[in-house]
Amino acid sequence: MNNLRGVYTIWYRDILRFWHDKMRMIGSLILPLLFLVVFGSGLSARMGFLAPGIDFTQFMFPGIIGMTVLMSSFMAGVSVVWDREFGFLKEVLVAPISRASVAAGKTLGAATVALLQGVIILLFAPLAGISLSAGTVLALLPLMFLLAASMGSLGVLLATRIRSMEAFQAVMQMLMFPVVFLSGVFFPLQGLPAWMNILVKINPATYGIAPIRQVVLGVLPDSPFSINLFGHNLSLWENVTVLAVFGAAMILLAMWSFSSQE
Amino acid sequence: MVNHIIKVENLVKRFGELVAVDDISFTVAPGEIFGFLGPNGAGKTTTINILCTLSKPTSGRAIIHGFDVVHQQSQVRQSIGLVFQDPSLDERLSGLQNLRFHALVYNVPAAVRGERIEQVLKMVELWDRRHNQVRYYSGGMKRRLEIARGLLHHPEVLFLDEPTLGLDPQTRSRIWEYILELRQREGTTVFLTTHYMDEAEEANRIAIIDHGRLVAVDTPERLKKIVGRDIVSVKTDDDDKAAEEIRLRYRTEVRRDSDSLTFEVASGEEFLPAFIREFGTRILSVGLRRPSLDDVFLKLTGREIRDEEVSDVFKATVRQHGRHTRR
Repeated sequence: MNNLRGVYTIWYRDILRFWHDKMRMIGSLILPLLFLVVFGSGLSARMGFLAPGIDFTQFMFPGIIGMTVLMSSFMAGVSVVWDREFGFLKEVLVAPISRASVAAGKTLGAATVALLQGVIILLFAPLAGISLSAGTVLALLPLMFLLAASMGSLGVLLATRIRSMEAFQAVMQMLMFPVVFLSGVFFPLQGLPAWMNILVKINPATYGIAPIRQVVLGVLPDSPFSINLFGHNLSLWENVTVLAVFGAAMILLAMWSFSSQE
Repeated sequence: MVNHIIKVENLVKRFGELVAVDDISFTVAPGEIFGFLGPNGAGKTTTINILCTLSKPTSGRAIIHGFDVVHQQSQVRQSIGLVFQDPSLDERLSGLQNLRFHALVYNVPAAVRGERIEQVLKMVELWDRRHNQVRYYSGGMKRRLEIARGLLHHPEVLFLDEPTLGLDPQTRSRIWEYILELRQREGTTVFLTTHYMDEAEEANRIAIIDHGRLVAVDTPERLKKIVGRDIVSVKTDDDDKAAEEIRLRYRTEVRRDSDSLTFEVASGEEFLPAFIREFGTRILSVGLRRPSLDDVFLKLTGREIRDEEVSDVFKATVRQHGRHTRR
């Protein structure tokens, strides 16, 4: 009971802060929309159809949703480092709630904010020439949330060990772009050079982008957009399982790491 | 029936080679204002961190409100309120939102939450500013908000780690009014660290800590009796000659400050007329005062309670008391 209250309170504060900071919300949408418009209109005509009836902008749109969610949630750790720097973390650490619930609350807060940003990107679907049914949107929400919670946990885990703002920013910069570029946001995952193929497949974000694409484009597992692992094209549920296992490991590690810090 | 709310037994905290807290023991009675006094780096904050469960002792134990700070962290945390040396507010939230957060985390019942928040905010005179984001508050307002927050869940013990550090004298005295009012009204035990000697005078009892060791625990009055005698400070034409003369004539130790000499005598009022009449060196000015906690500290530790980190306010206070760095 105490722990649930802790998770809720920490989550609530993050939402409150996000609400106060509407510029951040707008700012975080600019990059994804820029990618969508510039890459989409710049490359679409040249590349034709990537699969029957799917042009490059349509292909990229689910990737952009995933990228928005991923970037926003991965940055969640910043707020932990920030709180430490500004002293507020102390108020949280001496409160009669468990540290593990603080880590969980932080992750949930970040995932919720990321989910909201992802939903806003969904509104731009017509821009990419995609029409979404209510059912599709409902199916997307849990997928987006799972991706957000997994990457958010990783962010919080890193933040428990990297104490200074500067170091954390540097690590984020170093990790963010490889994770985004090697996750299949911008290109289909089959027929890649061998080295890239390996990197793409050990990138957990890949397994979050792929199911979002499968749902948005309504493609079957044997399409060229699927992840081919050991000669087998992963289905939506298989992707979700890989991501969920990764996410569960990350959240447990984050909770443990948060509890064990002085 | 327990007659103590804090009980510390043989507490030790080592950081590698450094012994930050070296085998200290003391108890604090319910409703007491207990001052923890010492220069920076003496082990005050380390001790508070152990008492409030932020840090684990190397050995020894501490009991607060009947709960062990290592094994019953959650109960200890529920029993204490904290005002840290450094601010720990969420600057992006309003004063009211900061308190709501605290009330939720400390499980203040929903029925009394609003009423309590209003009460503490009015007490520290921030009710009118409750909707402003904390980043627009002044330093003094922030500290007052933290005190209000520390009291919100009606803790048994309120820990104040240098609660008035860096604040202007007016705000300092206001904060003290709150602390005294609080003790009056709620019977809250206050555990406070400071290196402002005049603030320590307000405490019922004082523990003096130096290099991690407790050197004395007693009431301010009784501590001052350690020094016992009155203190004469004198400025002369020729301090070297005067110091020598005092040593020979009155057989007492003389301390040299930057521009004056101080020494102790048994009874100042009777001593002074004779001193002025018979002293051989020309006297420019002479002063007499009762021993202060500064003198107690100096006597017990051999140095003054100050370091490079003291704030300007403190320096002003020191100057006002007419004290200067020893050579």
